[in-house]
Amino acid sequence: MLQKTYENIDSIGRAILSIKAKGVHNKELAEVIYPNGQKAFAQVIALDGEQVTLQLFGGGFGVSTDCKIRFLGKPLQVGFSDDMLGRVYSGVGQPIDGGPELLADMVRVAGPSINPVKRLIPKDMIRTGVPMIDVFNTLVRSQKIPIFAKAGEPYNRLLANIATQTDADVIIIGGVGLKYDEFHYFRQRIEEAGSKNRTIMFIHTHRDSIVEGLMVPDLALAVAEKFALQGKNVFVLLSDMTQWSDYLRQVANAQDQIPANQGYPGDLYSQLASRYEKAADIESAGSLTILGVTTMDDVTHPVPDNTGYITEGQFFMKDGYLELFGSLSRLKQQVNDRTRSDHRSIMNAMARLLSEAEERVKAQKFGSVKDDYSLRLLEYRKTFQRELMDPFRYLELEDALDLCWDILSMHFKKEEVGLSSKLIEAYWPEKGKFKILKEIPHE
Amino acid sequence: MSVNESLVGAQTTEGAVMNGEVAYIIVEDGKRLKAEVIDVKSSDVVYLQVFEDTSWMKVGDPVEFTGLPLAVKLGPGILGSVTDGLQNPLYELGKIEWFLERGIEVDPLDNRTKWRFTPKVNKGDTVTGGSVLGTVPEKLFEHKIFVPFSLQGSYTIETIAAEGEYTVDEPIASVKDATGNITQLKMAFEWPVKQPMPFNERSVPEQSMPTGIRILDALFPIAYGGTACNPGPFGAGKTVLQHSLARHSQADVVIIAACGERAGEAVEVFKDFPELIDPRTGKSLMDRTYIVGNTSSMPVAAREASVYMATTVGEYYRKQGLNVLILADSTSRWAQALRETSGRKEEIPGPEAFPMYISTLISAFYDRAGVEILQDGTTSSLSIIGTVSPAGGNFDEPVTQATLLSTGSFWGLSRALSDARKYPAIDRIDSNSKYPSLLEQEEVTYLMELLRDGKTIASNIILMGEKGITDASYIRYQKAELLDAVFLQQNSFHEVDGVTTPDRLRLMFDMVKEIIDTPVNVEGKEEIRSHFNFIRQAFLDWNYMRLDEEEFEKQKTKLLNLVKKRGHVAENV
Repeated sequence: MLQKTYENIDSIGRAILSIKAKGVHNKELAEVIYPNGQKAFAQVIALDGEQVTLQLFGGGFGVSTDCKIRFLGKPLQVGFSDDMLGRVYSGVGQPIDGGPELLADMVRVAGPSINPVKRLIPKDMIRTGVPMIDVFNTLVRSQKIPIFAKAGEPYNRLLANIATQTDADVIIIGGVGLKYDEFHYFRQRIEEAGSKNRTIMFIHTHRDSIVEGLMVPDLALAVAEKFALQGKNVFVLLSDMTQWSDYLRQVANAQDQIPANQGYPGDLYSQLASRYEKAADIESAGSLTILGVTTMDDVTHPVPDNTGYITEGQFFMKDGYLELFGSLSRLKQQVNDRTRSDHRSIMNAMARLLSEAEERVKAQKFGSVKDDYSLRLLEYRKTFQRELMDPFRYLELEDALDLCWDILSMHFKKEEVGLSSKLIEAYWPEKGKFKILKEIPHE
Repeated sequence: MSVNESLVGAQTTEGAVMNGEVAYIIVEDGKRLKAEVIDVKSSDVVYLQVFEDTSWMKVGDPVEFTGLPLAVKLGPGILGSVTDGLQNPLYELGKIEWFLERGIEVDPLDNRTKWRFTPKVNKGDTVTGGSVLGTVPEKLFEHKIFVPFSLQGSYTIETIAAEGEYTVDEPIASVKDATGNITQLKMAFEWPVKQPMPFNERSVPEQSMPTGIRILDALFPIAYGGTACNPGPFGAGKTVLQHSLARHSQADVVIIAACGERAGEAVEVFKDFPELIDPRTGKSLMDRTYIVGNTSSMPVAAREASVYMATTVGEYYRKQGLNVLILADSTSRWAQALRETSGRKEEIPGPEAFPMYISTLISAFYDRAGVEILQDGTTSSLSIIGTVSPAGGNFDEPVTQATLLSTGSFWGLSRALSDARKYPAIDRIDSNSKYPSLLEQEEVTYLMELLRDGKTIASNIILMGEKGITDASYIRYQKAELLDAVFLQQNSFHEVDGVTTPDRLRLMFDMVKEIIDTPVNVEGKEEIRSHFNFIRQAFLDWNYMRLDEEEFEKQKTKLLNLVKKRGHVAENV
């Protein structure tokens, strides 16, 4: 295809450039050619007559009016081959681990969504060994689920743990706005866990331009989708989608878009959805599971809020604990009736009692909690937190369920827990005999 | 002329352009991308919203205007199918490509299936738009074949097909108008989606529609032909509620408009429903269901079309004499799609950047629901239940507010309740409905009073502790808690508890009333709580038993004994 070069740049912004050109395609890839011959990528994002708006992958800084723009006549693509396993790439798909560039098939980025009729109903539990996940908010193959946490919580550690402790065939890490030490941490954890040869990393750190960061999820997901179509079970880790949304806001702002909430563009929901919706269990092929990170202070902030409406639940991390309230796995119902007969019921009973306890915590502040039942609820809450909410405690599901019964019997009478008589008969521990809990019972 | 995501500006070279007409943009590789005119700027500049990805479009690509508004094809074969927002059957598309590649259109109705047509008119009969030409059997009922509603005035039947098998595209009749023009008629015809079908005669919704969900049927009912909305923050149970309604509502036809929501949720419905048997008909649940799936990663511009398409299909089945229920999940996504387009058009934004006209559109949408008295005197209805997904779970936002003004039932979902696992997490105090309950009005008042008392006492307990209130108040509080736990809460994933028939609802209410009315003469908070714990336990066990189970009556007796035991003890004292 004929590649046309233009030099009449109209304006240069932080991440946006506009130029007059003809015959340019929407979403076409272009090159910015600096006077010294250096090159950087750009992509067409809007056309208006001869006016072409481009998004600059290298940012606008240093771009001058005597730069040239060459339109490449092709859309953005990313390489795909098995040899990419173990390698690290940038947000434009260039290797950044010092290794050689690979000859790979090119695949399209941000392609259309899979036809829903080709999706299967997710039905395989992913055992993570984390009690708060396996018991209370079971993770299911092909689920899309982020960790909601304040910046500084150990979410990346949990992300890496889950990915390496499970049976994923391929792990793809999409790092957006990572600090260098976070990037280093991921590399180290993956190597320590012996997972390097099944992992591909697409990494954007704070020194790279925001447009590269914007591309990371698309590249990671395009490659992941290919592996999934080949029958692999793929895990994609995206950290941190709040920064990604922030970059989106910056670019939208630079384009003079009318902001919706808190300056975010009106299509934030659709933008996030088109990424997360790549998660799928595909008929007669593999699956794509997405674990994300959404840093936040307040769950009603537009990013976690929109994310929550898109993803199939979220894991809420606070003060180093995985919280019960605020966490949710929408797909757990697909699997937790086939694990053990008490799973669903005890999960609900534990939650209901904890919620009762939370009300007492409020009341305690008024100094009004004096009765025995309320005091037991408060004790229960403490045990619950200590025994179950540590995201780095490893327990098989069955052990974790037994632990739940231990905790209930430690603090409550049988008729107080609201469980059916049948289950109580089957699972209520004998007096003073705990299966998992290492504590001398009261009395 | 200009391309900005889904908004494309085009220059017309000849002929008139109609606002709302369908156009096709032909991109370099020859693919035809469907679009709709949404703005005519000056005599030769129009704005189009494109229903497909606009990548690789360029200035100078030709645009073909069809002169016709966006329409839906109506005829036998809709029930049981799954289409995208533009009525492309997804299973058919799936045979062509695994991914939803752009520019592919498939016939909305299968034109190979032969339907057994029985004529109901004769040559020489006088007909008009909406007259029945004949019937074909479709799934559960006789599908009436109409003279297209767009034909106005009197027509005479020139020819009518004999009883036999025909496809939707074969001519089955021809009619002559007053001036002698002849029109060929087929079993299927088109109707513009944005134009409400006129009612033959409109009536008001006043008969409640059982949903199988106790809190709704008892406290916040919906009526045939009524409207309801269930706004709520994410994770409060909107989706589970919608699925439950889709399965158990006593409607003849259920249309699910999955608008801008997760694909997985629509998949659950269309993969599960064919396997599920509807106890009322003995047939597959899918036979009464039609799914429009414009999920969140599909092109945004088609969201609006999907909602209107579902409604038009609903109106069509109402004309068939059926009770139709539309579940629109979520109307907020539709509103957001309008916001995206409005922003690109650089319209002056209203609150939260939604377009100023959003409330008018929402009201007009819900107004398409209603009760209709048909030409033959029978009554049919279209009910709409719309999900709203307010930003931050805050009901003050424009879409929720506009929806509240337009609907008859309000089911506010609460995060506090869902955190406490009190499902369905419909706010017991703040929700409301203007339709009649399955219970008597005074019974509803009776329950609501208890719930309000319970809430007041609960806040007193937080302030003053259990010791700060009287035993009498504590008993009242425990009764309210019990009512919530055994009657309002419902396990929608349980085969038995998940759906409550009107008969069973009555049984359960009578039991609840018995418990509430029986004086409890127990002293001490601990004792009172324990008394109610035993009752709760027995009641929950009862809830999980089938009506025809042997244990059912035994458990009922056991429960009554538990209730009376304490009353009896007190009498002896």
